[in-house]
Amino acid sequence: MPVITYRQALRDTLRAELARDPSVFLMGEEIGVFEGSYKITAGLLDEFGERRVRDTPIAEEGFVGAAVGAAMLGLRPVVEIMTINFSLLALDQIVNHAAKIHGMFGGQCRVPMVIRTPGGGGQQLAATHSQNVELYYAFVPGLKVVAPSTPADARALLLAAIRDDDPVLFLENLALYNVKGEVDESAGPAEIGRAAVVRPGTDITLIGYSRMAAVAVEVAERLAAEDGVDAEVIDLRSLRPLDRRTIVESVRRTNCAVIAEDDWLTYGIGAEIAATLQEGAFDWLDAPVRRVAAAEVPLPYAKPLELAALPSAESLATAVRQTLDAVARRR
Amino acid sequence: MQLLTPEGERVHHPDFDIDITAEQLRGLYRDMVLVRRFDREGNALQRQGQLGIWVPLLGQEAAQIGAGRALTDRDMAFPSYREHGVAWCRGVKPTDLLGIFRGTDHGTWDPYEHRFQLYVIVIGNQVLNATGYAMGQRFEGKVGDQDGEATMVFFGDGATSQGDVHEGCVWAAVYDAPVVFFCQNNQWAISEPTERQSRLPLYQRARGYGFPGIRVDGNDVLATLAVSRWALDQCRTGNGPVLIEAFTYRMDAHTTSDDPTRYRLADELEAWKLKDPIERVRVHLVKQQWADQAFFDEVQAESDELAAGFREFCVNMPDPPPGRIFSEVYADEHPVLAAQRDEFLDYLHGFADASTGAQGGEH
Repeated sequence: MPVITYRQALRDTLRAELARDPSVFLMGEEIGVFEGSYKITAGLLDEFGERRVRDTPIAEEGFVGAAVGAAMLGLRPVVEIMTINFSLLALDQIVNHAAKIHGMFGGQCRVPMVIRTPGGGGQQLAATHSQNVELYYAFVPGLKVVAPSTPADARALLLAAIRDDDPVLFLENLALYNVKGEVDESAGPAEIGRAAVVRPGTDITLIGYSRMAAVAVEVAERLAAEDGVDAEVIDLRSLRPLDRRTIVESVRRTNCAVIAEDDWLTYGIGAEIAATLQEGAFDWLDAPVRRVAAAEVPLPYAKPLELAALPSAESLATAVRQTLDAVARRR
Repeated sequence: MQLLTPEGERVHHPDFDIDITAEQLRGLYRDMVLVRRFDREGNALQRQGQLGIWVPLLGQEAAQIGAGRALTDRDMAFPSYREHGVAWCRGVKPTDLLGIFRGTDHGTWDPYEHRFQLYVIVIGNQVLNATGYAMGQRFEGKVGDQDGEATMVFFGDGATSQGDVHEGCVWAAVYDAPVVFFCQNNQWAISEPTERQSRLPLYQRARGYGFPGIRVDGNDVLATLAVSRWALDQCRTGNGPVLIEAFTYRMDAHTTSDDPTRYRLADELEAWKLKDPIERVRVHLVKQQWADQAFFDEVQAESDELAAGFREFCVNMPDPPPGRIFSEVYADEHPVLAAQRDEFLDYLHGFADASTGAQGGEH
């Protein structure tokens, strides 16, 4: 299987879908001539022309709204919002239009669109350009939210998102674009709403998504080598719908869990996972579920402060060790 | 609207003329040279890893100095993030700009003392803020005669597509807010040319809102000064708002993270170099015998000294302490956050080097 970057997997998938289905087209700021701020759309304007790869005015609410209209007429727009921070300008179109139209029009009109957008900090882009606000969308019925952490999932979930008949927010992450991995180019689309057990284990369950799923795998390997701990890692992959069964079943086997998330702690994605475990695995838990998240502050721009405010492999490893200590005391 | 051609010839305009003395023109020249010099130093400091990012103003000196020198001490200015020239005119020290670009501070100058708000990174956002401020000036009765106040807000051609700018214009119009919408059309919103934002010249949009709009040669400091003074006077006497489109050119990248050679032709930059905002003033000063070589040498030396001080200050800025992450999230201490801060600092103190807040790694 070829080993390619997450960026390349996205680009190859967009190219393949543009070639496969004439109703697919791309819209966004700087995606044509400039090839996207993060170069995901490199070469696509040359290959498919301005009709299929459209540079838009600097108006997020405008172009997301236009995409909603195009999707209502049966096209399959794939919108790039430069970063998820700018999606807030389009919140009304996403939450009050894209997510509601199918239901409020009595099921007569579908909105098959994708909003691709990266979140994440760690790039010294400061507080307004480094947020993880996927929760705002994961909260909304009518939307689907997927968050791949590997090149293979970037491909499989993007295929699924483009072919899905509902609006899908496709969360990328700035820190993942250069991550490499094997990609099976003959595999079909992923099933939206299914988490993946990416590392089976018996001692503890680590649950993450997007960048923190990749960090969780790294921490699990390190703990196996350093502490002889056999951690299971679950990559949520989909934030809405949420695969409650996979996480509950895992924790019923391992009896403890740590959740890793890049967003803020209070009311974050991890709070929903913890509540799910409390409901589904309460009698199996040997220690409180812990959460590792970002400091609850606007992300600092100063590099050392930014790194300190973000969750890391170190902070996750510390939380795992503390949880296992609590389990040992209890047993 | 132009008062000084690219060749340094003075031309006149029936509605917007200006009396300028030799001393005043030398002052505008000095402003532009000094601002350009520390702007170039900012670019170099970023390239050398001393700044996270720098936002160059190269080519927009006349637009910013013309507007900045038209503002009075009573007026309020709302910048975007490229207004180093306006900051200079408002008495903000160039070194005060460094905190936000190096990441040691989030706001270094007092916006009320300087009557110059903090830089805003979100595109177009400040236009609504300025409109609200100007509505306040009007409701408080600070508008009506030559002693009145006005507000000037700075944004670019790209921002004109943002809803915030449109809504700001609507509100300002219906509330007669004393605000000058100062659009620096530098032709490029990162890679997108102005044609991707508007079919018609931007200044003509004002007509739809019901207030005057005017395009000025933004590389002509005299024309920009004259039009800005007129617009501010309109506002302070109760005849605002006004839209000014300063037609200029971003001669460098959007920011140091951008590479304009990917999307625009070198010929275009070469053509705009012939309209350089500083050169035409220099030529005019020489032609009029308003300045001699000693003056130009003196300004050059002063600019080099300014840049050296700017660099010296920059490389010696200390990293902020880790507790700073939590200290300005709310106006007053917040118990939940205070607990998180204490926990965080305790965690850091467990490391051998707890001075910077970094959890290992390169710091």
